[in-house]
Amino acid sequence: MRMTPLGRALGYLAMILVGIVVVTPLLWLVIMSVSSTRDLTSLPLHWIPQRLDFSRYHRLLSLATNSDGQIFLFALRNTLEVAAGAVVVSFLLAMPAAWLISRREGKLDRLLLLVVATYMLPPLLFVVPLYRILSGFSMLNSPWGLMIADSTIVLPFTTWLLKGGIDSIPAELEQAAAIDGANLWRIWIMITLPLARPIISTTILFGVLIVWDEFLYAMIFTSDQSAQTLTVVIADLANGRVSDYGLLATAGILAALPPVIIGIFLQRALVAGLTTGGVKG
Amino acid sequence: MLGRRTLLLLLPLGLGLLAVIGWPLVQTVWLSFTDAQLGDATGNFVGLANYAHALRSHGFRHALQVTLTFSLSTVIIEMILGLLIGLLLDLPLRGRNILRGLLLIPWALPTVINAMAWRVIYNPDFGALNALLTQTGIIGAYRSWLGEPGVALTAIAAADIWKTFPFVALITLAGLQNVPRELKEAALIDGANAWGRFRAVILPAIITPLTIAAVLRIIDTIKVFDIIWIMTRGGPANATKSLSIMVYEQAFSFGNAGYGAAIALLSVAISVVLIGGYMRVSRAQPATA
Repeated sequence: MRMTPLGRALGYLAMILVGIVVVTPLLWLVIMSVSSTRDLTSLPLHWIPQRLDFSRYHRLLSLATNSDGQIFLFALRNTLEVAAGAVVVSFLLAMPAAWLISRREGKLDRLLLLVVATYMLPPLLFVVPLYRILSGFSMLNSPWGLMIADSTIVLPFTTWLLKGGIDSIPAELEQAAAIDGANLWRIWIMITLPLARPIISTTILFGVLIVWDEFLYAMIFTSDQSAQTLTVVIADLANGRVSDYGLLATAGILAALPPVIIGIFLQRALVAGLTTGGVKG
Repeated sequence: MLGRRTLLLLLPLGLGLLAVIGWPLVQTVWLSFTDAQLGDATGNFVGLANYAHALRSHGFRHALQVTLTFSLSTVIIEMILGLLIGLLLDLPLRGRNILRGLLLIPWALPTVINAMAWRVIYNPDFGALNALLTQTGIIGAYRSWLGEPGVALTAIAAADIWKTFPFVALITLAGLQNVPRELKEAALIDGANAWGRFRAVILPAIITPLTIAAVLRIIDTIKVFDIIWIMTRGGPANATKSLSIMVYEQAFSFGNAGYGAAIALLSVAISVVLIGGYMRVSRAQPATA
């Protein structure tokens, strides 16, 4: 495509501007994580650290008893457990229905819309009843309880994404197998699930992102290291011992790395899913 | 009509949804008609008293105003910025893939971490924003960005926009990439009828993704809790107290579970109205294009 020199120059200028806006806060987070507290609290502020200090990374990644590292790493473990549980449970519950909705070609779209519409309900709507239910089963302050709570968010998204993905698998392949006498279970194992592998991994990664991001349930339903997730630990750090901004930055960077890496993997699939649109009203 | 197999396939999802969404929702609706406190299980039926109380109270109207201000300002700015930057990234300029990669980072950053980072940047004593603005001479003295009632909500909105305009840009770009190159060239080359061609070629390709993005953003911003909770907890002087923060405060700080449930349900009603209105407007659009 041809562009005029002026248009080209303006384009580059705009790109540089956007780049600066995006990068500056991130870069500052990285610099804070390796600056001494003295540099960070000096007036005027020292933008460039006098020497690189990686000790906070070391602190957060070591498991000494009652250390910041223990709190952080336990939270990482809890987050992974909750994410794995919520994603697996959601997949198992959603897969049969998603397949059915897809294969009925529109007849059950209202049902899907209903499922997706639950996204409109704020988590706060469920907090008091969920609290009572979880407390009834003695599942407060447990990764299992949080897993159930997070499923309220993961399950509708899983259904929506899976249905969209199965739409793109030709039903003829399944019908051919059915004529050969395969039952539904075999058809899924032999044909549908293998072909749906890309959408399944997208769904799984997206579910992990949701759990990684979740804060409200984690804050209300957990109370200590045995179940607290990363968002809760970071919120505690931000609200409590704020004297060490560098530690805060380090915790933020470490906790943000997995979702950012997942995001880079996901972008194509996710964006494609949104543009083609699983739901058409 | 509904065969046994159909029911069997829908059963897992149906039971799951009933257990984690349906049943809690029924309970919340019931709670909203009672004066139940957090501690005691049931409370007394009070009819619509909670709703009437909310609609009359200054606190609710203020929270509604904060929520709508936050929602509309962030969504509109994110959509405009995102659309423009999406168009920019579709131009044949070098380095656009790098920029696209960079845009992924704010989008994938968990909200709590974004909120924490901006809270540190806005810090009144040692924050980078204060340092930057004083060292360049734009402001004379350090300010408390999150501590001034007139500024706090704007500061939070800016943090939210920074995180989310990339999402809109990436969605726009994806829509544009479905348009054949020759068509785009014809549409973009300056001519008497550039705007008309834009509407004929570019707009149809991006209207669906943009609509989905806008709907998701409206829903998210009406629900907004995390970013405000981390940055200000609704302060200073209630200046950033959104509906969700108010629900939390009523239910968990004051123990008014019934009243909190009523406000939460009112916020859902607002979401529905806003999205309904938006859908009407955006559906009317392509018909005229």
